[in-house]
Amino acid sequence: MRSSAGRLSLILLLTPFLLWIVLLVLLPHLQMLRVSFQVRESWDTLVWGVEQYQNFFSESYYWRTFVRTGVMSVFTTLLTLLIAFPIAWYIARLARGRARGLLFLACLIPFWASELVRTYGWMILLRESGLFSTWLQALGWVDGPVEMLYNDIAVIIGLVYNGLLFMVVPLVTTLDGMDENLVEAGYDLGGGHLTVLREVVVPWAMPGVVSGCIVVFMLTLGSYLTPILMGGKDSAWFTQQIFTQFITRFNWEQGAALGVLLLFLSSLMVWLGLKLTGQSLRKVMG
Amino acid sequence: MAVASDLSCHHLVRRFGDNIAVNDISLDVPAGTFFSILGPSGCGKTTLLRLLAGFDRPDQGDIVIRGQRMNDVPPNKRPVNMVFQHLALFPTMSVGDNIAYGLKRRKVPLAERQKKIERVLEQVGLPGLAHRNPQELSGGQRQRVALARCLVLEPTLLLLDEPLGALDLKLREQMKVELKHLQKQFGTTFVYITHDQSEAMVMSDQVAVMRQGRFDQVAPPETLYREPATPFVAGFVGDNNRLSGEVVSLRDNLAEVRLDHGALVAGQVAGSQLAVGGRADLYIRPESLVFTGDGLNERFSRLDATVRSTLFDGANSRIEADINGQPVYARLPQDGSAPGLAEGRGLQLAWDPQLARVFGAEAL
Repeated sequence: MRSSAGRLSLILLLTPFLLWIVLLVLLPHLQMLRVSFQVRESWDTLVWGVEQYQNFFSESYYWRTFVRTGVMSVFTTLLTLLIAFPIAWYIARLARGRARGLLFLACLIPFWASELVRTYGWMILLRESGLFSTWLQALGWVDGPVEMLYNDIAVIIGLVYNGLLFMVVPLVTTLDGMDENLVEAGYDLGGGHLTVLREVVVPWAMPGVVSGCIVVFMLTLGSYLTPILMGGKDSAWFTQQIFTQFITRFNWEQGAALGVLLLFLSSLMVWLGLKLTGQSLRKVMG
Repeated sequence: MAVASDLSCHHLVRRFGDNIAVNDISLDVPAGTFFSILGPSGCGKTTLLRLLAGFDRPDQGDIVIRGQRMNDVPPNKRPVNMVFQHLALFPTMSVGDNIAYGLKRRKVPLAERQKKIERVLEQVGLPGLAHRNPQELSGGQRQRVALARCLVLEPTLLLLDEPLGALDLKLREQMKVELKHLQKQFGTTFVYITHDQSEAMVMSDQVAVMRQGRFDQVAPPETLYREPATPFVAGFVGDNNRLSGEVVSLRDNLAEVRLDHGALVAGQVAGSQLAVGGRADLYIRPESLVFTGDGLNERFSRLDATVRSTLFDGANSRIEADINGQPVYARLPQDGSAPGLAEGRGLQLAWDPQLARVFGAEAL
């Protein structure tokens, strides 16, 4: 009697979670995996095969974009980490009371607007007729309008901006829990600033660093709007290829194959990152 | 001074806004001694220790370690190491790496480093634990690792910030003795701060009693206990009973005090601010109080009291007696010869005036 009631409540509690996982995560991905191995012979005949995957490797544009997206995502993640660490240090260790809340809020505010609006904000600043260009001309540092959009730097700026909060939050959380005496002990035993950072602070913050990096890397790798809007037509982000296959070319089989490959790439990179830093997923995700 | 001193401070001052945490403190610690700074929380002892370690700078005064002025030397360049209150062992490193951290900073080659780590672990009684994680060790073992981490660097001065506070009572008693032995064995000068008078008394060669940023008295533990220089020391170091009254006569270094309820008692003059007719406090230790039978010396002061309760605590058993509404504690004789002390029974407490101390009441 009692245990059946307990079981019922357990089932009821788990149902939304299971529905979410099965319907929205598991099923679509399995479906995508299935579609990716189907080769369309004619308009109504499908056979099993790996032609889509062969296309990926034989068509250099596909895998080059794939590699480029991966490399730029790694770079973006590292840059985000470099920028976020001092910010997180300041919020967690130096700021007190109100200042702390305000700083956190300042990191959060941009996320009240959608990614689209945030990206347009950057475009207003960076475009040929934008603010920066106008200021540079007014100062007389350049002769004509300067186009700062539609290059890799612009894409990375946008991506770092989007990822910053997701790096700052886990870093603040881990740094917050660090005993101030650990830093002092680091100095007391003869360490300089760099040694203390390298030997004491970073190892302590490692779970936060890794979890922040995983989130930012995933977000960057899978982002679509920012590379398109700030990188222009030639930005060559892998998600664009998937979009093109599904929507423009209506080639679901190819799109599904590329999607599976992207998922594989991101999982591989996360696994590699965990291995290299000696962290476990359980520890990192708390 | 004849003995070379490892640490001397001259007129140190540290202010935080209007609050003076360290107020004109001078001290001198001879090489190889165990020096304790004892005081209630908030007396400025931690601030003083942080000044010595270099985490904080004095507003005035000099810190001199073995003849070198240290005021402008950063903490990582001082020949001083610190055992933190919560030890601050690096949780991401093994015991061996924790100890190696300081040696690496001094560029000690690997082979020598390992030899030193092994030796110091043996000295603190933890041989072969270099590969463990600090989290896997017991409280007492972590304590020793924290000591080893500092002692392996052979500092001139080892600072200890109440490191025993987190241990349970039994272990604390044990570590007290052990710390004292380790200090003798290494010969390093220890500066130990604590609010626990028993820790300071058991371990130290010299104890400085600190209050409101100043030293009330600097003396060996026994002197502190027997000859307190101020009423604060008398009340803070060891148990003491305080009886307030008015001075009626001063002669031969003895003061007679008329207590507030009328009894006339006597004690040795201990403060300089005593005057006939002035307010005074008489301090008498529980073990100096005797239960009167006959045959007591004529000179003894006596007081009528009522038994409130018996507090049995082995060798430290006491009775709580009532003298006109004020509780007074008296130690029970060790041999169990005390008369039946039922609650509410009247008895007479007496003491040798030579063992009591009379201070002028402090102006508040």
